[in-house]
Amino acid sequence: VAGVAVYRGPFDVARAERLLWRAGFGPRKGEAEALAKLGLARAVRSLTRPGSEKLVGPAPTDDKGRPLAPYDAWGHDHVWWLDRMVRTSRPLVERMALVWHDWFATSNDGVGSQRLMLQQNELFRSHSLGSFHNLLLEVTRDPAMLLWLNGSDNSRWSPNENYAREMMVLFTLGAGRGYTETDVREQARALTGFRNDWRSGVGPTNFRYDPKWHDAGAKTIFKKRGTYVWTDSVRLAVAHPSHPSFLVSKLWSYFVGSTLDAGTSAALQRTYVSSGYQIRPVVEAILMHPALYQGPRLFKSPVVYTAGLLRRLGAPVKTTAYAWLGSMAGQMLFYPPNVAGWDDTRWLDTATWRGRWWTAQYVLGALALDPAKGGQPFDANALVNGALQFWHHPPLTDATHAALTRFAQSALADAGKASWKRQQYPVMTMNALRHLIAVSPEMQAA
Amino acid sequence: VSDCNHCDGLSRSRLLHRAAAEAGRGLPSIEAGMPLPAGTGLSRRSFLARGLGAALAVYGADKLLPGLFDAGIAAAASGPSQPILVSVFLEGGADALSVLSPQGDALYRKLRPQLALSGGTTFVEDDRLHWHPALGSLTQLYGEQKVTVMPAVGYTNADQSHFTSRHYWEVGATSTTLRTGWLGRYLDRTGTMDNPLQGLSLDDTLAPALATAKVPVASIDGPDQYDFWSRSVWGEVETRMLDAIGSFGSGGDPALAAAANAAAQVAKLRGQLQPFQGDNGISSPVPYPKTNDAFPRRLAGLAAMIASGLPLRVVALSAPGHYDTHSDQADALTTGLQLTADSLLAFQRDLEARGVADRVLVHVWSEFGRRGKENGSGGTDHGAAGVGFLLGTRVRGKMVGEFPGLKDGLDEDGNVKATADFRGIYAGLLEQWLGMDARGVIPDASSFARPALIR
Repeated sequence: VAGVAVYRGPFDVARAERLLWRAGFGPRKGEAEALAKLGLARAVRSLTRPGSEKLVGPAPTDDKGRPLAPYDAWGHDHVWWLDRMVRTSRPLVERMALVWHDWFATSNDGVGSQRLMLQQNELFRSHSLGSFHNLLLEVTRDPAMLLWLNGSDNSRWSPNENYAREMMVLFTLGAGRGYTETDVREQARALTGFRNDWRSGVGPTNFRYDPKWHDAGAKTIFKKRGTYVWTDSVRLAVAHPSHPSFLVSKLWSYFVGSTLDAGTSAALQRTYVSSGYQIRPVVEAILMHPALYQGPRLFKSPVVYTAGLLRRLGAPVKTTAYAWLGSMAGQMLFYPPNVAGWDDTRWLDTATWRGRWWTAQYVLGALALDPAKGGQPFDANALVNGALQFWHHPPLTDATHAALTRFAQSALADAGKASWKRQQYPVMTMNALRHLIAVSPEMQAA
Repeated sequence: VSDCNHCDGLSRSRLLHRAAAEAGRGLPSIEAGMPLPAGTGLSRRSFLARGLGAALAVYGADKLLPGLFDAGIAAAASGPSQPILVSVFLEGGADALSVLSPQGDALYRKLRPQLALSGGTTFVEDDRLHWHPALGSLTQLYGEQKVTVMPAVGYTNADQSHFTSRHYWEVGATSTTLRTGWLGRYLDRTGTMDNPLQGLSLDDTLAPALATAKVPVASIDGPDQYDFWSRSVWGEVETRMLDAIGSFGSGGDPALAAAANAAAQVAKLRGQLQPFQGDNGISSPVPYPKTNDAFPRRLAGLAAMIASGLPLRVVALSAPGHYDTHSDQADALTTGLQLTADSLLAFQRDLEARGVADRVLVHVWSEFGRRGKENGSGGTDHGAAGVGFLLGTRVRGKMVGEFPGLKDGLDEDGNVKATADFRGIYAGLLEQWLGMDARGVIPDASSFARPALIR
């Protein structure tokens, strides 16, 4: 892409693993090694232009081994999507669906229908790397969004400016960037005409556009006058001069931890506009940028963290506990905290950290070794190495490695001469080491 | 059709969150029971409520064992009693013109043909205004001179975006670039490096107003909800393992350092809250509203923590209810205001019964009020000045600012103009309640009038 720097350093296993974290949910066993062999350009294209999706491993179940009911059962929607992140062969498509879920953050708290939420989720998946203009058109008439931001309450007789405002503030332009309160009100008028019915026992239904409900009068939007309708409203927002800079800088922030410099921003904006508002070329340029490989680590969101643990172990999803664990860690899918999405700067605090602890507990629970059976070496270094082997050698810092070794040494020292302790403490220490590695700083950020 | 963008309160995610905390105590029926198998005859919500028996329990001050505190905590706790500020956020922009409805203003019924309220107790400082009928508990406290009312608090040229306006309130300035909260900056100046409880967010995540640059702050659901387990690890090995949480390396990377720091704070907080874990709780001295919502349980826990001498300074939590009432406003407001006010009354009575009421002041706020004219969906759109309250035995109980009236008191967008500036309120709280100079915490503090807030 013209004007955007490309990473020229070695594309080794560590860089390939970082790419898999940023553009997906981390590697399965051997995946980073295979990706590194492709070289940077082919590796990125394998993610941005994947073949048809294959789901690897057994289908998810609830705690009793029964299939999930994502449309109907509590929390099954979260678990269903988590499983797709774990098993997909197209991780970037799922990662972009997660980006759009955060970008157009719709909460089932305001929609009240898992079916409509999953319908919106499919929209994010099918438009994940295509045209942003088309994506925004689809989002604008999406039933879950019409309910969430009162789009179907907005009629010629009683304008409701909720969607009009957020479309500009959060979806296309950014707060205070080139629109006025008049534009909000006039956009709301242009967006009138959507309706739905409500049927007892069914809920909201029959979503449609009804020209009779549309305010057909002239509106003035961004200082231009016309008898605008909802497609004009979307078109005007996407064509607004503040939009390309908003889009590239927001998209960048999902993938790269360092700030976007003015030159790169300008080049990405040119790429975006000249492609006709296509997302794929912008994402490809970001994924090849040196800042992704040389910049600081990024925190993993709770669901990325959880999917990553499961992918790393090749472990199946066999509990619906992941739904409330996600909530505890600060990210329950389909329930973003508000229309601005999740706050990426505040994933970790003393409450959400505990959610990650419990998540790791559930990932590891079925794999925990029975202390009564013994069988682990009475040797701190050997136990630490065994636990690292279990996780396929995540890159820990020396300081964390030393902390794990100190813990193992102190735990074994407590065993003293009691023979049952000398049999059981190494097993408990191994279980504990696996858990401590899972919550270590190096596993929380990549 | 829903009206809410910002749901908490009786929301599913909250219920799930609380069920999670329960499951953390090892009650597998909750895990396996979500969702409920068909045909049990119990609604999902009541099932969860039944399972939440322990979560609705309250906490005993007398169970604290001094030996479990480290020296810093013990010193802070044994020092002179410090004032505590509790911030309660009505998220979404609460409709001030319903909280205190201007029934005596001739324009009120014209602007609100569907939504205009009638009845409710008259507000004695301005008889044009009437308390919302769901606010009986607040009216009661007002009658005891424990409430200061701010009928139109905000700032000039109010931003009508939730996120921008809320950010202004959280950082204590009309600045989009400040990255620390106003209470966080207070703690950075007066707090210590070894006491995360000095800034406590009783919520799923950290309240942005508490964001510090330097000193640690904490976020917990409730003091009884902070346990850690690991499958097939117990006894001495478990103790060693939990101690190891605070010992991770940080490398040189900022994200790694932050993750290691979070783990170290977890270890510290776990030690501080150990006395509240398990079955230590005893009854609160007063009853709290019975509900699935976490708000009264959190307040009950907070009262117990304060009475036990834990070194809290500033506390933040969100009120129950939906306040972004673009539609179906009447019912949503009634539900939220009722539970909020009833819980705050119980909290006040609890503090009084425990003899610590003089140390605690509650500030209730929202990011803006709502438009004068209703919108036709049975709701109201974003406005400007909103309503706020100060609660406690030490508040002055005299209205701050005034209701500007609907004839001359609306701006060109039809929104209520502010008659008290939130930064002046903050400066007053810092100086008169928390005992520090507001300069350095509130930018341009000297340019805002300080109302007398404390008696």
